[in-house]
Formats: sequence, C-alpha cells, structure tokens
Amino acid sequence: MNDAAATLRIETPADAHADGPVKIDIRALDFFYGKSKALNAVDLAVPAHAVTAIIGPSGCGKSTLLRTINRIFEIYPDQNAEGEIVIDGENVLDRRYKLSALRRKVGMVFQKPTPFASSIRNNVAFALAYYERLPRAELNDRIEDALRQAALWDEVKDKLNASALSLSGGQQQRLCIARTIAVQPGIVLLDEPTSALDPISTAKIEELIHEMRTRFTIVIVTHNMQQAARVSQKTAFFHLGNLVEFDDTSRIFTNPRVDRTRDYITGRYG
Amino acid sequence: MLRRRLVDAIALLFAGAATLFGLFWLAWILWTTLSEGAAALKPSLFTEMTPPPGAEGGLLNAFYGSAMMVLLAIAIGTPIGIAAGTYLAEQGRYSKLAAIVRFVNDILLSAPSIVIGLFIYELVVRTTGHFSGFAGALALAMILIPIVVRTSDESLRLVPDQMREAAFALGLPRWRVTARILYKAALSGILTGILLGLARISGETAPLLFTALNNQFWSADLNAPLANVPVVIFQYAMSPYDEWHALAWAGAFVLTFFVLALNLLVRFVARKGLKT
Repeated sequence: MNDAAATLRIETPADAHADGPVKIDIRALDFFYGKSKALNAVDLAVPAHAVTAIIGPSGCGKSTLLRTINRIFEIYPDQNAEGEIVIDGENVLDRRYKLSALRRKVGMVFQKPTPFASSIRNNVAFALAYYERLPRAELNDRIEDALRQAALWDEVKDKLNASALSLSGGQQQRLCIARTIAVQPGIVLLDEPTSALDPISTAKIEELIHEMRTRFTIVIVTHNMQQAARVSQKTAFFHLGNLVEFDDTSRIFTNPRVDRTRDYITGRYG
Repeated sequence: MLRRRLVDAIALLFAGAATLFGLFWLAWILWTTLSEGAAALKPSLFTEMTPPPGAEGGLLNAFYGSAMMVLLAIAIGTPIGIAAGTYLAEQGRYSKLAAIVRFVNDILLSAPSIVIGLFIYELVVRTTGHFSGFAGALALAMILIPIVVRTSDESLRLVPDQMREAAFALGLPRWRVTARILYKAALSGILTGILLGLARISGETAPLLFTALNNQFWSADLNAPLANVPVVIFQYAMSPYDEWHALAWAGAFVLTFFVLALNLLVRFVARKGLKT
C-alpha cells in the first residue's frame, strides 16, 4: 500500500505539494449536478497537517469540492463525481471504497450547527460508540478528550446530560467539531463553519482551527477572505468550477500569480 | 391608515365569529350528550354490562371491547405505518415507487370506512365464517395505517437535510441514522399522527358493523363477536327503550370527551416537540 501511495504521489504535479506530504490528492475531478457541470478537471494536492482554505465567489464549486471528498453528495440523486480523490494511497471515489471507512477518516462540520436532538454527551458518544466498543470509563474519557480538544469542556462539563439544543450557536458548532474529532479522523472538512456565528464565537472557532492543525489535515471553505488569511497555510482560489490558483496563503494574499485571483482578493469582483 | 385598521377589525371579527361558530357546536354536542345521558352517567356505566331492555346496566363490555380492538389496531397499524412512512421519506425519497405509494396511500386515507369494513368482511369474516374482534381490529388498523404513514412521512421529511448530512457525515449507516437521530427529531410529529389516528378509529362505527358486530354479554374472546361503544350507541339509539337511549347518550358523551382529550394531548405533544 505504501508503494502504491508513493507511485501515486510521483504522478502529481511537483509544484502542488512543495512542502510536506500530500494527504488528499484530487485529480482530474469533474462534478455534475444532473447535466450541469460544477467542477471542471480540478487537480489539487492538499498537504497533511495544515489548513487549506478554499475561497471563491458563490457558486464557484468550493462547497461542492468539499462534499465530494467525503462523498456526502451521494445521498442525493443525480449528483456525480468523476475523477480521483486519493487518500492514503486509495481512490476513495471508487464505488468499492466503503463509505463508513471513508467518513470515519474524513470528518465534516457544516455551515449551520447541527446538534442532534439529544444530550451533549450523546452527541459525542453517538458515532464513537458505533465505531469502537469501549468500556464506559474509557468512553467517558474519550468524550471528555474530544470536548477539551473542541475547547468546550469547561463550559459543559457540569451539564453533559443537558440537551445539546440548549447550547448557544457557537457552543453547538464546537460540539459538532467535538463530535467529529471524537472518532479521530485524519481529515476534517469545514464548510463555512462560522458563517452563522457571531464574531466572538467565530474567533473561538478560528483559534480552535489553529490548534487543530497539528493533529488534523483541515480543509476549510470560507466566504470570508480575512478568515482564510488568518487560519490557513494554503489557499485555493476557485472560479466557475475551475481551480484558478493554489499556493501558500501568504503568496495568494500578497502576490498572486493570476490576475483573476488578484481581482477577487482586492474585492474588484465576487 | 384608517382603512387598514378597518380591514383589520373586520378580519378579526370574522375570524372570531368563525371560532365561536366552531366552539358553539362542540359545546352543544357535549352539553346534549351530557344532559341526555345524565341518567346513565354514574359509576355503574363502567362496572356493569349492557342490560336487556327495561333493566339497569352499564357499558363495561362495550368499553372493554372497544379498548381491546383499538389497542390491537394500534399494535398492528403503528409499526407498519411508521415503517412505510420511513420508506417514503428516507430510502425511497427520490424513487418513483415511493411517489406511487404516497399517491395510493392518499387514496386509502380518504377511503370511506364502510368500504374498509366490507373489505375485511369479505377477507376475514366470510372466510372464517363468523364475526370477531380480530376482524374489527384489522378493519380499524386498515384505517389507522394510512394516517400513520402520512404523518410519519411528513414529519420525517420536515427534519432538515442538514441533520441528515451531519449524521451521514459521521459515517453511520442509514438504519442507525434513521433509528437514533431522525426518529428522535421527528418523534412529536409521529406521536401526533398515532394519537390522531387513535382518535379517529375510536369513533368508527361502519367498519365494526361488518366485522366485530356486537355482543350483548361479557366476552373477552377476540375470536368471537365483540361489544364496542360505537355499535352499541348505534343500536341503543335506534331502540324504543328509554334506558337504552340514556346509555347511548352516555356512551356518546364518554366517546366525545375521550376524543377531545386525545386532541388536547396531541396539542401538548406537538407543542413539546417544537420546544426541544
């Protein structure tokens, strides 16, 4: 398997992953909503243990790209992905690749906080208990650990059995992050995770993303360019389903190669 | 400005009048059944059997029979209804088959209950050769199922797709997502459907005429003709005896009150669902 991964890596464009090993290797990815094409031959090598931001105007395909990586699009009819997404040496778009294995490896947090109508504890325990048969004490430890990593523990440790719906929006979103990282995925996808939150909650989440970087490979879709500049090391700019430019965040925001990127960054359109 | 206030006042007046109009009949029904059945509304109503003409008695056997058939109908109809509703809202959401099933279910939902009674009569009563509580329960279940299918389907479809995506994104299989997350989110809607179905079938008379028939005496045997409140009301109200009339009125009052209480419970359950 390692050999396979090594060969696969050689085939990717050399400049795309200049630093660090590639965690998600997206190759010639096309995406279709019915007959309309939303992604056009996207090649993107997402580096491991870093935050990669995906920016671009509405409808450019950035969320679509994210939804392809964990194949969540498959719950809807008429949505199709063609091409390859290689994670740990295997093409996860292959129909034979098990969805539960993929989604355990690739967690996702959505735009709107989506706590389940259950206790705070159950929200975190839910997937954990499905994947691992843990003794109660260990399960509790893992729940605490996940909530600590999501910077939520201190706020909820005395009310783990309270309804998750009683939390504030920002807390709910951090609970969703806790629930996602509880099963220890290698990759976390964040789909505009702060667009429904107030500035203080947003700051907390950004801080959290910053801390999570060392343990996870993070891909974040955001409408907010300051946010992309603040939290990411790499930035990919999408326009009309095409990957226009992918580079170090500092480079994209200071001296992009492509004019269209510069126009978008400086707010000339988008 | 004035015009707007005037229109508002008129609309409010009409709305208020419509409400009073509805409440008026409810109050009248409750009052009539109460006053006419007053003679029979005493503890013996719930402790004694239906009497022969000219004697005192109660409706114990009818209440018991109705309760048994309704409970059995719920036991049969609820799992089938929820399962079918789940298929329509989840597994079959985008399939043609589900669209057809939903359409057929809507037809079943508005099928006259006497037709369902005749259907079960042909299917069960004629083949077994006798009326029975089972046949009655089956007929009631046939009325209940489409109601539960419809409400489960609708309340599951009301669960936002984001919730589904979030659950699936954790890598959980569909059955687990449905059983542990979606049912919980749709619980109050599904419960409301069952309670409304319960209210509907407790007053059904036509399907029981052909199936459970009636029984003058105490019988707990579901495989034999079974007494039940609606048919007793029907028969006693048609009779020439005053005692029977009083019993029919009393039975009608209890039934109306029971359905009213169920509806209030539905409101409570539905409101609780909104809060969580």
